Amino acid sequence: MKENNHQVDRNNAVIKIRDLYKSFGDKHVLQGIDLDLYKGENVVVLGRSGTGKSVLIKIIIGLLKQDAGTVNVLGEDVDQLKDADLRELRLKVGFSFQSSALYDSMTVGENLAFPLQRNNRSFTKDQIRKTVDIVLEAIGLPDTINQLPSELSGGQKKRIGIGRTLILRPEIMLYDEPTAGLDPITSMELNKLIIAVKERFNTSSIIITHDLTCAKEVGDRVAVMDEGKFIQTGTFDEVFNEKTGLIKSFYDYNFIQ
Amino acid sequence: MNSTNGKQDKPVITAKIDGFFLVFYNIAVFLGRFFREAFRPPVEWGEFVRQCYQVGYKSLALVTVTGFITGVVFTEQSRPTLSEFGVTAWLPSLVAIAVVRALAPLIAALICAGKVGSSIGAELGSMKVTEQIDAMEVSAINPFRYLVVTRVTAMTICLPLLMFYNALIGCLGSYIDVHAHEQTSLISFFDNAFAQITFLDYTTALTKAILYGFTIGIVSCYQGWNASQGTMGVGKAANVSVIVSMFLIFIEEVIIVHVFNSIR
Repeated sequence: MKENNHQVDRNNAVIKIRDLYKSFGDKHVLQGIDLDLYKGENVVVLGRSGTGKSVLIKIIIGLLKQDAGTVNVLGEDVDQLKDADLRELRLKVGFSFQSSALYDSMTVGENLAFPLQRNNRSFTKDQIRKTVDIVLEAIGLPDTINQLPSELSGGQKKRIGIGRTLILRPEIMLYDEPTAGLDPITSMELNKLIIAVKERFNTSSIIITHDLTCAKEVGDRVAVMDEGKFIQTGTFDEVFNEKTGLIKSFYDYNFIQ
Repeated sequence: MNSTNGKQDKPVITAKIDGFFLVFYNIAVFLGRFFREAFRPPVEWGEFVRQCYQVGYKSLALVTVTGFITGVVFTEQSRPTLSEFGVTAWLPSLVAIAVVRALAPLIAALICAGKVGSSIGAELGSMKVTEQIDAMEVSAINPFRYLVVTRVTAMTICLPLLMFYNALIGCLGSYIDVHAHEQTSLISFFDNAFAQITFLDYTTALTKAILYGFTIGIVSCYQGWNASQGTMGVGKAANVSVIVSMFLIFIEEVIIVHVFNSIR
């Protein structure tokens, strides 16, 4: 069950998205998205594969540019920022990739230390080592520091990927399919980690998933996306009380099959 | 031409021409970004030194073997002709001129294009398709400066060093062969060899090596940086890096030779 000790501050939206559009050639991926993420809140974006969920968070972090609409993160319009300002903003926003995207030529310790070394050049080796140890302990993998990514399981890679983003102490976390490709027990552990991250690091998060268990466990609010639009938003119970269309298909697949 | 969905598509030839110019535009943007990033602090010294080690030190064995064999073979092949005219004493200077002016820059460049260029293309391509470059971006790290600037700079600096080393080893190989047949001393060989080499020859060789190194670095990084389509894209990036680098090296060779010969 969700253990949300932090209050959601409904007067403080850390991400504001308005009328967002994005196309790739003839494929209209996002067609008028509106979303607010409030401080201390976990919003789960649910939807089928290829509906533009990952595109949405890549636009939020500035990896992709929208065709129309605005994305305001911590008071800054992302597409208006210069490179240096965008980098400053990214220090406050963590992004956990679906594939983990660990640097395969580096050990776990080096993977975690790398963003810290590059962004805090005044940090001593001892300070970096200490911070890496704290994060590894927080994600429950203190003994993997000298292992290479190729020696880790899928679940461990996801945890290290989350740890690498936490090392910069972000205010916002963006998770791209955190439980995809994992067995139910490891998925459950990941869900607990996402909740623990929110509690311990006081983050606000957008979690992209098609896993209803994940949505139920970690989400304060759920937004269901279909054909580039949100078709339903609310708490998990509000959204899934009315099981029709896509929502019914999701529910049936996840909880009945 | 009408497509099945009723929209007006471009003819294939027009699309290909557009694609051709788009590649040139993208390369120009890539080059522009390189020069913009290369002169901005902070310098990634650690990665630069690591790349110098990869490009320079790890190529030494191959450069040594090919340089030595080139020197020996070129001497062996030239001797019969020079013997006919009774001028085998010209062998040291003939070999030195050939090695410094043409062979050493080309051989060092072709080795680096094959060995290092393919490796850079594959490494960056693999990082691209596995989102490792995106991971750097979202960690507020400038991946272009960290990955591209360091590799291109290391390549541009190390290739001239490898070229001069290759020339020296080539002359050494030639000396061993000449000494075995004509009993020439080491001092006499190198006196003769370098008597004919002018400052312009060294300048030509250095210019070639710098340009070749830069070309290999930029081409390989560009291919890797723009890799797509998963593992197939990685293989393609490595392959195209080598082919395009070699092609451009030969074109540059012709241009530089003409330019410097007009000065000579």
